[in-house]
Amino acid sequence: MTTLAAPALAAPAVPAGDNRTSLRASLHHIGALTRRNLMRMKADPESLLDALFMPILFTVLFVYVFGGAVAGNSHNYIQYMIPGMFGQIGLSLAMAVGTGLNTDFTTGVMDRFRTMPIARSSVLIAKLLAESCRSAVSLVVLVLFAMCLGLRIHTSPVNVLATLGLALAFGTGMVWVSMLLGMAMPNPQAVQGVGMLIIVPLQFGSSTFAPVHSMPGWLQAFTSVNPLSALADASRALINGGPVLHPALLALAWSVGLTVVFAPLAVARFRKRT
Amino acid sequence: MTAGFGIVPRMEPTTDSNNAAAVQVRGLAKYYGETRALDGVDLDVAEGTVMGVLGPNGAGKTTLVRILSTLVRPDAGRAVVAGWDVERQPYRLRHEIGLTGQYASVDELLSGYENLYLIGRLLDLNARGARRRAEELLERFSLTDAAGRPTRTYSGGMRRRLDLAASMIGRPRVLFLDEPTTGLDPRTRNEVWAEVRAMVDEGSTVLLTTQYMEEAEQLASDLTVFDHGKVIAAGGVETLKRQVGGQSLTIRPAQGAQLDAMIRCLAERGLAAVPDGAGGLTVPAVDEAQLTAVVAALGTSGLGIAALETRLPSLDEVFLAITGEQSTVPAAVPAPTSLESVA
Ligand SMILES: Nc1ncnc2c1ncn2[C@@H]1O[C@H](COP(=O)(O)OP(=O)(O)O)[C@@H](O)[C@H]1O
Ligand SMILES: [Mg+2]
Repeated sequence: MTTLAAPALAAPAVPAGDNRTSLRASLHHIGALTRRNLMRMKADPESLLDALFMPILFTVLFVYVFGGAVAGNSHNYIQYMIPGMFGQIGLSLAMAVGTGLNTDFTTGVMDRFRTMPIARSSVLIAKLLAESCRSAVSLVVLVLFAMCLGLRIHTSPVNVLATLGLALAFGTGMVWVSMLLGMAMPNPQAVQGVGMLIIVPLQFGSSTFAPVHSMPGWLQAFTSVNPLSALADASRALINGGPVLHPALLALAWSVGLTVVFAPLAVARFRKRT
Repeated sequence: MTAGFGIVPRMEPTTDSNNAAAVQVRGLAKYYGETRALDGVDLDVAEGTVMGVLGPNGAGKTTLVRILSTLVRPDAGRAVVAGWDVERQPYRLRHEIGLTGQYASVDELLSGYENLYLIGRLLDLNARGARRRAEELLERFSLTDAAGRPTRTYSGGMRRRLDLAASMIGRPRVLFLDEPTTGLDPRTRNEVWAEVRAMVDEGSTVLLTTQYMEEAEQLASDLTVFDHGKVIAAGGVETLKRQVGGQSLTIRPAQGAQLDAMIRCLAERGLAAVPDGAGGLTVPAVDEAQLTAVVAALGTSGLGIAALETRLPSLDEVFLAITGEQSTVPAAVPAPTSLESVA
């Protein structure tokens, strides 16, 4: 055998210190990665259609199936339901981040990124940016479609922006939950499956699609703390007029609470895995 | 150090006595519960050479490669790659390495071109530079025709080639290849080998893991044989082979009918010869004195020799001799299993 008894490597045989990526380089990396995520969406039209048409499908079905029964006529129902849909889009944006993250881990693409001299946060930020673009498109499509159906904005465009802001804040809070899920589950299908288990009760156990007063007491107890109820109530008030403060504060409290609890957990887990 | 946009100026690492080593590993260990994936490994790879890391499934090859490419942290020991410490200076280190993992890590939804372009951009090439490099590598790996197609439509071999191209974009100083040709057909395998050689000619150092003796013989100048997380043998390819002792001898009789007579003649002198299935006979492990004796014996018995060949034992035989047990290693790269051959 030709190897000698190997001496221990002399203590740092290398200059001390590491060289992190500069901010400027990181911005370029984020740009390149965002482009990648957007191209992935383009290459996977089903997921894009999902994002665009699910809200529209929901709208049409609910407006014309339940609208009359819930609100007397479909026009009233449009004013009632559409503002709440903004929060729903924020929620699906958040859940898509976890699925995307899981896909990158399970396909080994994340391993390739991790052997490259880029900040690991750029991968996450790019994912967020791309999903935000997708949500923005589906929001615009939803609003335009609802206006065709007869949605009227009774207040100012600033209020509409405030509505979007609330939805975005809530989406940001849920992103951390989704990230955790994305890293805990073995594959993208599992992320989606468990994600649905979280989303569906939140969606329907809320004041988004129907007023809560006809629901049984135990359900009202749930809906009254459900962040999507708060979001829907606040958005309705912002678009149709009415008391905004209480539901808006509740929705914001949820966003902050989710972020405070889940962001450190998600980031810690991400750092551990990368 | 302010690193502007572009290639980060590299601080020349100060080198110690092993200044010719591109990879230095000392006492490296990684445990997964009871499993000792790596159990105190020492290894050096000289700059500009190809180190073959050979071992059966579960020997710890992938774990070694993942630690050296900063994907996994070791539990004990130290590793320095291109002058940078894997644990303390991963960012600096990542500027110097390329990795092709055991399983292709390409983005299935993007085209081959876009996969390579993205990596170029992440390595701080400008848009034009990234485009050029991507096109150049697609050409080199015969992927130009498929460049625009999503990689999920690629065959296994095409994916592997793309993955390899991806790891070469940054012209890495040290390239890690984890079983680069496992599952490839012979033609693609030869292409991959040629590219690895080309990388070495361009100055890269390569650490390559393989289960195939033939691959190690083809590419590597030095070998480290792993088993159960430990180095069980190390050295130059020729040295290792010679260590096992002897050469194997193949003789083809001048007259085919004399094959049996030859085998009997050698058996009388205590040499176990077996037919090699191609009209000749093989005597495993003969030393020089025996070689002379064989030729003399056949000559005096009037058995004519048409051809005589000696060769060093295959690495399979080396592995067998070292471990003393049947390795789980396939003897050679298996024949391609293409759809045609199945149908
Ligand atoms: N992430 C892991 N968790 C648990 N065990 C692992 C993990 N990675 C590797 N191992 C174990 O470590 C040993 C070495 O594995 P590996 O390095 O993949 O070997 P090779 O690449 O030579 O086949 C195996 O027994 C394997 O099961
Ligand atoms: Mg392996």
